[in-house]
Amino acid sequence: MILTVILASLAVYSWKLLGYLVPERFITERFRGFADRVTVALLAALVAIQGFSTEGEIVIDARLGALAVAAVLLAIRAPYILVVLAGALVAAGLRALGL
Amino acid sequence: MNRAVLSTSISVGLATGLYGISFGAIGVAAGLDVLSVMLLSLLMFSGASQFAFVGVVAAGGAPITAITSAWLMGIRNSFYALRLTTVLGPRGLFKVLTAQLTIDESNAVSAAQIEPKDQKFGYWATGVAVFVFWNSATLIGALAGNLIGSVEEFGLDAAAAAAFLGLLWPRLRNQWQLAALGAAVAIITTPVLPSGVPILLAAAVALIPFGGKR
Repeated sequence: MILTVILASLAVYSWKLLGYLVPERFITERFRGFADRVTVALLAALVAIQGFSTEGEIVIDARLGALAVAAVLLAIRAPYILVVLAGALVAAGLRALGL
Repeated sequence: MNRAVLSTSISVGLATGLYGISFGAIGVAAGLDVLSVMLLSLLMFSGASQFAFVGVVAAGGAPITAITSAWLMGIRNSFYALRLTTVLGPRGLFKVLTAQLTIDESNAVSAAQIEPKDQKFGYWATGVAVFVFWNSATLIGALAGNLIGSVEEFGLDAAAAAAFLGLLWPRLRNQWQLAALGAAVAIITTPVLPSGVPILLAAAVALIPFGGKR
């Protein structure tokens, strides 16, 4: 298993390194704009998948309430760590109530 | 050094620690020994890829399937690296270290800053903070193992969703259309495509030139 773990880690690492090996002359302004937009699109996709899916199925559950509370806290500029903790507490609370 | 950026970085590190505990517990529950679970957090150091790897192992999948799943989930780090290489400008062997800390969180905190020196500092501070907290938390989770209740019971899955929302938030004002489309594409295709692919489609959305600038 350790060998599998190391091979998988190298495979994942190869993606990370690849982006740094592209010569800078190929990285045009348009290209930078794309890489910057990818950050936004991917984070949004991660919110959606982490918030509304379970094992490949769309699931609406206590996480919706957690994200709503997190959004309110972000809108009033609450500290990041509070937003994350509130997300956990709200979901745990709703589930304890059987929702 | 910017204190506000440092504070964000440490918060992000602490937050990843929350679900790092769940990763450690899930890893051991999947049948991995503590050393393997720790090597995943230290060497692979990419949450989504690690969860994908452990998910395949838990389901009794073949090693090559576990490796491929982790690999596919890691593609987005390459996009982050393309952005970061112009921000950080690492040279020579230093690229090897810079690459290892290239993850959702370090890139997001960097991208949220306006000043180039804050973008640089945000990357390093967040990368190091997440590395320290993620690995410590993994160890705690792996050792505590089944003593910890389910991930859902403690709302740790929701914490991860809230954490990503917090990273996205600074960009929503100007680029909400891009974010909405990326989220929609990912969630709609999730039931029909293999895991990892919806995320790639969301990345393709960034090719469409619409929505405001940052």
